[in-house]
Amino acid sequence: MPLPLAVAAVIVVAASFIPLGYVIAASVDTGWDTASALLFRPRVRELLTNTVMLVVVTVPICVVVGVTAAWLVERTRVFGAKVWAVLLAAPLAVPAFVNSYSWVTAIPSLGGLHGGVLIATLSYFPLVYIPAAATLRRLDPAVEESARALGVGPWAVFFRVVVPQLRLAIAGGALLVSLHLLAEYGAFVFIRFDTFTTAIFEQYQSTFNGAAATMLAGVLVLLCLTLLVTESVVRGSARYARIGSGAARRAVPAELGRRYSPIVLLFLGVLIAASVGVPVISVLRWLVIGGSTVWELDTVAAALVQTLGFGIAGAVVTCVLAFPIAWISIRHRGRFSRFLEGGTYVSSSLPGIVVALALVTVSIRYLHPLYQTVTVVIAAYALLFLPRALINLRAGLAQAPVGLEEAAQSLGVSPLSAFFRVTLPLAAPATAAGGALVFLGIVNELTATLLLAPTGTRTLSMQFWSRSSEIDYAGAAPYAFIMIVLSLPMTYVLFSQSKKVAGL
Amino acid sequence: MRMRIGLMSGLALATAAVMTVSGCSNSGSDGGTDSGGANQITVYNAQHESLTQEWADAFTAETGIEVELRNGSDTELGNQLVAEGDQSPADVFLTENSPAMTLVENAGLFADVNQDVLDQVPSQYRPSSGKWTGIAARSTVFAYNKDKLPQDQLPKSLLDLQDPAWKDRWAASPSGADFQAIVSALLELKGEDATGEWLAGMKDNVRTYKGNGAVMKAVNAGEIPGGVIYHYYWFGDQAKTGENSNNVALHYFKNEDPGAFVSVSGGGVLKSSTKQDAAQQFLKFVTGQKGQEVLQTGTSFEYTVGSGVPANPKLVPLAELQAPQVDPAKLNSPQVTELMTEAGLL
Repeated sequence: MPLPLAVAAVIVVAASFIPLGYVIAASVDTGWDTASALLFRPRVRELLTNTVMLVVVTVPICVVVGVTAAWLVERTRVFGAKVWAVLLAAPLAVPAFVNSYSWVTAIPSLGGLHGGVLIATLSYFPLVYIPAAATLRRLDPAVEESARALGVGPWAVFFRVVVPQLRLAIAGGALLVSLHLLAEYGAFVFIRFDTFTTAIFEQYQSTFNGAAATMLAGVLVLLCLTLLVTESVVRGSARYARIGSGAARRAVPAELGRRYSPIVLLFLGVLIAASVGVPVISVLRWLVIGGSTVWELDTVAAALVQTLGFGIAGAVVTCVLAFPIAWISIRHRGRFSRFLEGGTYVSSSLPGIVVALALVTVSIRYLHPLYQTVTVVIAAYALLFLPRALINLRAGLAQAPVGLEEAAQSLGVSPLSAFFRVTLPLAAPATAAGGALVFLGIVNELTATLLLAPTGTRTLSMQFWSRSSEIDYAGAAPYAFIMIVLSLPMTYVLFSQSKKVAGL
Repeated sequence: MRMRIGLMSGLALATAAVMTVSGCSNSGSDGGTDSGGANQITVYNAQHESLTQEWADAFTAETGIEVELRNGSDTELGNQLVAEGDQSPADVFLTENSPAMTLVENAGLFADVNQDVLDQVPSQYRPSSGKWTGIAARSTVFAYNKDKLPQDQLPKSLLDLQDPAWKDRWAASPSGADFQAIVSALLELKGEDATGEWLAGMKDNVRTYKGNGAVMKAVNAGEIPGGVIYHYYWFGDQAKTGENSNNVALHYFKNEDPGAFVSVSGGGVLKSSTKQDAAQQFLKFVTGQKGQEVLQTGTSFEYTVGSGVPANPKLVPLAELQAPQVDPAKLNSPQVTELMTEAGLL
């Protein structure tokens, strides 16, 4: 393993432990008496109940909705399957807080746990749908056929043969959904639903980086770790790859018949109407109400340019930082590479606010020249979104067999040049997907940008937030609109790329 | 080959992006203590963004000094200044309420405000210490839905709202500095025990929203009969569409009740600022005739406090509000946060 790459990977992973270290150090600083007083109070119990209930209720709903939708578009002759397939990924282009703002416009009394579950499900079910659809597409139908030949009914085949093979996709998707639920801030503020993250944000506003906020963050860290462990247990160690030579056929899609077709179309229609229709119509309605006056072009253009700048710079930096880790994990599998990968999940499983608080504290105290600079913001993005880039990069590198590189070298090309001319181009599409996913995350990111960005920074989400929290819903609409438009192509890249890299 | 061109243009794009980001925000990226050029000041702004922007634009037009705003909430920016200490990039701090000013003053971070600035503001609207000055004021009100709450059922005192009769019948935004300023007035007027008791009653009764605007919107929609907010949300909405306030009326507690508290917005110059002169000039402008006229004629509907400029004629005059007497320098935010955390509101 080339030493420079290993060193780079270790540095990146070490940096991603900064937020965790901050939470631990601050907790130790606080001392047990204060800590226990802060932790064992009724408010924390309230927040714990809300947060746990949210995860427990939302995740299964997302799994059922996501898997059902994936099965319908991949395995049935539902009318317009190809169009539905793309539309079902589209909710990812709508930031959860925009979704929430739209729903609150439509139903002002929306709130509490049921409100939280509704918004979260509509925003995050594609995180299950996309991997589930991609996996279904490449499953070998022969296994199902054998089961049927042995006399198993269609429903039993689905639950006993298909669902178990989707275990990886479901576990991964469910993990992503739950981590998003723990980290989400804006969406739940609109509907007055308090979770750990919203409470940490409020604590922060009252005390900057007080003990109470850090203690709450500590609880959140424990919840995240629990989820990570749960996922790796659920995922298990069974093998899912097709054994034997040749390629799997595509499965023959099932006929829905006259009885089920209308029900299925209704289900898909309502799902898309609720997750994409409501926000789009609501944003357009506010745009019409606001008229031309809400388009303060200078402000809108500045926010757009800054968001694009942060998004592109953040995506590139994150992909570059993820590269050594991805390379080692593909070319040098083993305990070391597994440690590296696991390490990168630590920060990304923390909400933006905790990562931001850690970086604020570290940069004020130890790196003052970097305080409130673009560097720190980009670093925060990299910590938050590293796994998004890593997963895709790894898949891309795995598709570029080492043999091709060696062949190029045997023809007299230097190793470095062989890498640039052979491997990198092969890995490029997957890298683009990783970059798109990071970009999407940055466009929707609010809290870390808010706390870390240089004075004068106004991204789209900051502008949206500042206006909507003054109940200027019409003034916020242009920013919501641009965020959706900006995210659509990225969502499409992800959707089309997901089909290629399924199972890796 | 095509791939390589794609790669190169991707890299070029990324470089351009990085440069754009750092270019757009060069004030922050060239280090912490000395932000921006010599002809620019950085204001940590917890006042309403639109109001301060109006002040800043008028100030720049008059003096040529650029103003860069960093927006946040009172307590957030106040605590941030304390954490930054003498390395803060801020020159001026503006708040909506006074407790955060006291916080920064107690940390010894403010320079003395120049006498010619202080002379523009009557003494009841600024702390005796002269470390900062009032720049505007706002009155506590009970905003209620005219259809849901007849006038004879209105609370006589803010303290009434701890009564079980008010369970689920009033709203507030306890996470905001606005509400915390009201609690700090209560603490100063009635003491710690009474405040703690009131907060416990509040926890049982109140429905919480994020922001005073959201409280008023809920009252207007009839989701809840009433809520404790500041006066100008109603006036501001009435001046626009009235969409969030047409069903709402304002009840002023008066009688020197804690609920009649008038909160002073503060402005101060950081001791660590390397641009003392420009910073003092900014405060002088805000409290001077032109700055106060922005309050009088603008869309913020906050009360004027300086240079003899009367408030917007649509407002109930400040003198008629029968506000309780409180020295703004005594309003304490850390203790309020602590009490509210104990009560389970934060």
